[in-house]
Amino acid sequence: MNFNFTEEQEMLRTAFAEFVKEDVAPNAAKWDEDDYTPTELMPKMGELGILGIFVPEEYGGVGLGHTERVMALEEIARYSAGLAMMVFTHQLGMAAILDFGTEDQKKNYLPEMCAGTKICGLAVTEPGGGSDVAGQKTTAELADGQWIVNGRKCFITNSHIADTTVITCKTGEDERGRASFSAIAIDKGTEGFAPGRHENKLGLKGSVTGELIMNNVKVPEGNLIGEVGKGTPIAMKEIGEVGRASMTAIAVGILRGCLEDSVKFANERIVYGKPIAKLQAIQFHVAENRVAYEAARLMLYRAAAVKDAGKPATIEFGMAKYFATDKAADAARRTIELMGGYGVVNEYAAGRYLRDAMACISSGGTSEIQKIIIAGDTLKKF
Amino acid sequence: MNILVCIKPVPDPEKYGQLKIDEKTKRLVREGIPAVINPADKNALEEGIKLRDLKGGRVFVLAMAPEFSRDKLIEALAMGADEAYLVSDKAFGGADTYATSYVLAAAIKKISQGIDPQRDLAFDLVLAGNESADGATAHVPAQTAEWLGLPHLCKVSRLEAGDESENAFRAWKRVEAGKAVFQVNGPCVIAVSTEINKPRLINAMGIIKAKKKPLTIWSNEDLRLDEKTIGLAGSPTQPGELITPDLRRASIDLGSDAEAAADEIVKIMKKAGV
Repeated sequence: MNFNFTEEQEMLRTAFAEFVKEDVAPNAAKWDEDDYTPTELMPKMGELGILGIFVPEEYGGVGLGHTERVMALEEIARYSAGLAMMVFTHQLGMAAILDFGTEDQKKNYLPEMCAGTKICGLAVTEPGGGSDVAGQKTTAELADGQWIVNGRKCFITNSHIADTTVITCKTGEDERGRASFSAIAIDKGTEGFAPGRHENKLGLKGSVTGELIMNNVKVPEGNLIGEVGKGTPIAMKEIGEVGRASMTAIAVGILRGCLEDSVKFANERIVYGKPIAKLQAIQFHVAENRVAYEAARLMLYRAAAVKDAGKPATIEFGMAKYFATDKAADAARRTIELMGGYGVVNEYAAGRYLRDAMACISSGGTSEIQKIIIAGDTLKKF
Repeated sequence: MNILVCIKPVPDPEKYGQLKIDEKTKRLVREGIPAVINPADKNALEEGIKLRDLKGGRVFVLAMAPEFSRDKLIEALAMGADEAYLVSDKAFGGADTYATSYVLAAAIKKISQGIDPQRDLAFDLVLAGNESADGATAHVPAQTAEWLGLPHLCKVSRLEAGDESENAFRAWKRVEAGKAVFQVNGPCVIAVSTEINKPRLINAMGIIKAKKKPLTIWSNEDLRLDEKTIGLAGSPTQPGELITPDLRRASIDLGSDAEAAADEIVKIMKKAGV
């Protein structure tokens, strides 16, 4: 067992960190304050290879894996969880096209998405619920070589900025009379397809979350991703492995922010003539932040390594997502407490970490959903 | 156009607060401090890559450093250099700028021989950062040029290459009265300041490609330099006494009466001559 990253991975992390230091860290607080989505950074992230890092070179990517992908997200989320949210949702839609699209679809969509000149999204959740995939009401009917799509999606990241969104919708029934779902790519500007409400979120600001409304949207038949009736496995696989991996990476980035900020503050804040880092009560907070960060990080990269080995990683990412997001919220609260009055001043990032961590808990499946998935697997295995 | 860029791995300037100097050896204790490519050398590399992209040719990078600094050469390759050389030997340790530049010049000649043994020097241009972030002597580029018998310019803030037939460079540098423009024929050594450009960020594809680019490591067995001329033995200058200024911060309790505390602060400031 080797717990070390390769030399190449270490260099990638350094390169990602340099980009973040230059373009993300100085702006993150302002993006959060203004709820501004910095889409102008997408071409630069494309050029650096961040967006298509897991996509094969033939489709404009770098040809590496999900370990490197979550590494980039961790670095971005260290300073801006919101931007990391935007990036990963873009990758989530790309992953659906890469894993299930036709050769033509991959060649048509992925190069521009890897370059960051086109933005992607994935829309599953509806007002009736996110994890209740079978409860989706959006429909698509095939008529004269076109899908006619009707419905409404909500809580969709990149809703207002995506050039292409892969949506799931009901396209019929299986042999047992149960609803079957398919995945269809809809391009921005298609008649009847428009973003609706733009949500004002607690955290993860800097990424757009909102509704997508489909009103008799006519989509070419060739925009079907995967096979008819196989939309649910597409959504489950990508949300379960790419989505939850990414939420974990974001939480790990927040945990690192809590750890670094708590250490910096503890060393710099002088009370009664000495840094508060000398006080045992403060040391306990710092130690707990460290353990939470290290443990979540191990779970994240182990799960990513399982996925890169070509094995199913849904359970690993479910456990990692539940643990990391929960611990990120704990660590953010602890960091606020460690900083005393300064912790609640928005000049410091600790309050933002807490808002972002709380928003991570419900994104990509709540902690309760993760526990149900983990328990289901555990009861079979042990 | 063949361009050689000298780079030096230095402790990350952002971590200088953690740097210590060994009082006995007078050397920097670098353990635990991550190394980076010297910032001005990165500007030199960026300038070299830009010139190559404009004029064609190849960019070579050279560093004299411990073998663990290999990753900094790979970083330079990932940025866009074509070929890298690391000269590394315990015998080079403890070198001052005189001995360092001597080794660099010897390595430059050896690389040149490998490219074109018919020419005195196969490089049209040797670039370096004006000074390192750790030593900051700004000696090495000029000294290297002297060993090579080449013209040299320092603190260059803008550089242009003329037509190939000219084999000349125009270099701008800040002087007290404004800017001075020089014309110098290649081959020459030019030391650049950090204002010359903004080094590009490394991209993921560059890192992957870097693994396939040639990186050669030479020891003194390859350079065959007399041990009396290199490292500590070949260094005419040695560090003198080290004095650490007392930077401890005093803490004085001024009580809870704000006005009295303010009066006291004014008194302290006046006494300190602020």
